[in-house]
Amino acid sequence: MDNIANHSMAAAHAAASGGSVAGPRGRKPRRTLSRRNMIVYGTLILVALYYLLPLYVMIVTSLKGMPEIRVGNIFAPPLEITFEPWVKAWAEACTGLNCDGLSRGFWNSVRITVPSVIISIAIASVNGYALANWRFKGADLFFTILIVGAFIPYQVMIYPIVIVLREMGVYGTLTGLIIVHTIFGMPILTLLFRNYFAGLPEELFKAARVDGAGFWTIYFKIMLPMSLPIFVVAMILQVTGIWNDFLFGVVFTRPEYYPMTVQLNNIVNSVQGVKEYNVNMAATILTGLVPLTVYFVSGRLFVRGIAAGAVKG
Amino acid sequence: MTSVSVRDLSLNFGAVTVLDRLNLDIDHGEFLVLLGSSGCGKSTLLNCIAGLLDVSDGQIFIKDRNVTWEEPKDRGIGMVFQSYALYPQMTVEKNLSFGLKVAKIPPAEIDKRVKRASEILQIQPLLKRKPSELSGGQRQRVAIGRALVRDVDVFLFDEPLSNLDAKLRSELRVEIKRLHQSLKNTMIYVTHDQIEALTLADRIAVMKSGVIQQLADPMTIYNAPENLFVAGFIGSPSMNFFRGEVEAKDGRSFVRVGGTAFDVTDYPAHTRLQPGQKVVLGLRPEHVKVDESSGGEPAHQAVVDIEEPMGADNLLWLTFAGQSMSVRIAGQRRYPPGSTVRLSFDMGVASIFDAESENRL
Repeated sequence: MDNIANHSMAAAHAAASGGSVAGPRGRKPRRTLSRRNMIVYGTLILVALYYLLPLYVMIVTSLKGMPEIRVGNIFAPPLEITFEPWVKAWAEACTGLNCDGLSRGFWNSVRITVPSVIISIAIASVNGYALANWRFKGADLFFTILIVGAFIPYQVMIYPIVIVLREMGVYGTLTGLIIVHTIFGMPILTLLFRNYFAGLPEELFKAARVDGAGFWTIYFKIMLPMSLPIFVVAMILQVTGIWNDFLFGVVFTRPEYYPMTVQLNNIVNSVQGVKEYNVNMAATILTGLVPLTVYFVSGRLFVRGIAAGAVKG
Repeated sequence: MTSVSVRDLSLNFGAVTVLDRLNLDIDHGEFLVLLGSSGCGKSTLLNCIAGLLDVSDGQIFIKDRNVTWEEPKDRGIGMVFQSYALYPQMTVEKNLSFGLKVAKIPPAEIDKRVKRASEILQIQPLLKRKPSELSGGQRQRVAIGRALVRDVDVFLFDEPLSNLDAKLRSELRVEIKRLHQSLKNTMIYVTHDQIEALTLADRIAVMKSGVIQQLADPMTIYNAPENLFVAGFIGSPSMNFFRGEVEAKDGRSFVRVGGTAFDVTDYPAHTRLQPGQKVVLGLRPEHVKVDESSGGEPAHQAVVDIEEPMGADNLLWLTFAGQSMSVRIAGQRRYPPGSTVRLSFDMGVASIFDAESENRL
């Protein structure tokens, strides 16, 4: 019956388009330089410039020598390019008693970030999976507590955590800081993973159960292979969050374990001697390089994962 | 000896009762269809049988073994889902063998079973492909294959054809029926599509708000619905209902609807129709005859409002006894709107329900 209807409609269509009549036909023409385009692109370019200008100033300044900086043209490109400030920032700048530059802080930050990211994501993904698929007793209560945890200001918890870490005997060590980062990443990461797993078709989980797969088999064989985007999102959130952390780094560690951000602050804010703007700029860029790289490498996956994990569920 | 037996099954989600003391016995090799509109508890019942939902009360037996507390994998069931639920990162072959690998079945045996299933379902050329590279019909075939390799006695289908387009749906419907005829497994099939139910089932259980309204073979369900709900739910277009009152006159019984009297003397009633009783008379569109010649019996006249030619048959919408009714006639017989037709009724296949209890009389 449907077929008959289609045929007769096609016939009617053919009859109508037989003769060519004057008037608009085909694709509607669009002007490239229309008012609308000018406004859209103009705004976009302005905003992009606004965001890029500080970065430009930093890079330009970091490549100048001090005499050139004193002239005061911050927007002018360097007359004489020098990498001296970069070397100094990395290897020679003084913080407190040490004069081995940011390199020490860089390696500290790596030693803090890598384990924190891996441990927190591993635990949070299992949490999220359990909350989304295995409706265990008290799951809702557990989830509510986690979410509330995400909204408590960090400042409130600093002193109690200092005491807890001291009692555990890990205050001032890298281990202590890693534990703190892992715990504080838990609410938001669990929420992220729970929403992602809840967005996956429930029947997939049921089918795996009928197939006899248990908690861990389903997690590793079914869920993990489908979850690359959300793992990338979690990784980016954690890497940038932990790398950029200043407060926990300065509160929970000793100077020899200070992460890069704390060291950067000590270099930039040192009050002795001349302000070496070029070294400060180079140090700042060096510190920001890791999150920047992570964004560039995984930006596409990040957008995909955010779209899949945060909007759905 | 039954294949699947559900005893006094109840299921509550908090204060909401989805199933209430439900009983159901399914024979070996039987094809049972659970039919109902969405939210009637048919999928819930299937999930309970599969062990994917914990029951609140009652028992479930599969092959005379109490499986009420067993895990899905230990119940001897295979399940096919509406959304196919194929593991997207695995090839068809891995999809089929996943459950067997989890069960630690020897590789040679796995190969044998995958080969057999893919032959039965004709999916051998697809074994190396990922689900994303398959069409909807092929995906559903693989999903059926995944139940097939498990070598189980009971197949559970949860609206397996609802995601397919009309043409594929009718093709796969035939294939499922063929599969059942060759395998002779017990199959429990959930659907909201009455055509699927009528064509596939040995017996249909029509459900409404967690209660089985009627459990019978398709022809009984269609021709002798047990109550008003079943009568209205099965059949498209729906059965014509006339609310009226029983009358006795000259040794014959009538149902009087406004100014029209239907002669129901030939109606095979379970109990005697009491004069004065309020009843609902149900007539299927195809059980009404449209005559052109003026016969011997007193004729009922009606005016055609709308004509819906469907090719094989022709559906007339008439105004009769003060309400709209539909009549199905052969496709080549045409009556333009406005024409007057004469109707006669076959009371041997009509249905009469008590207006109050809504049960068949």
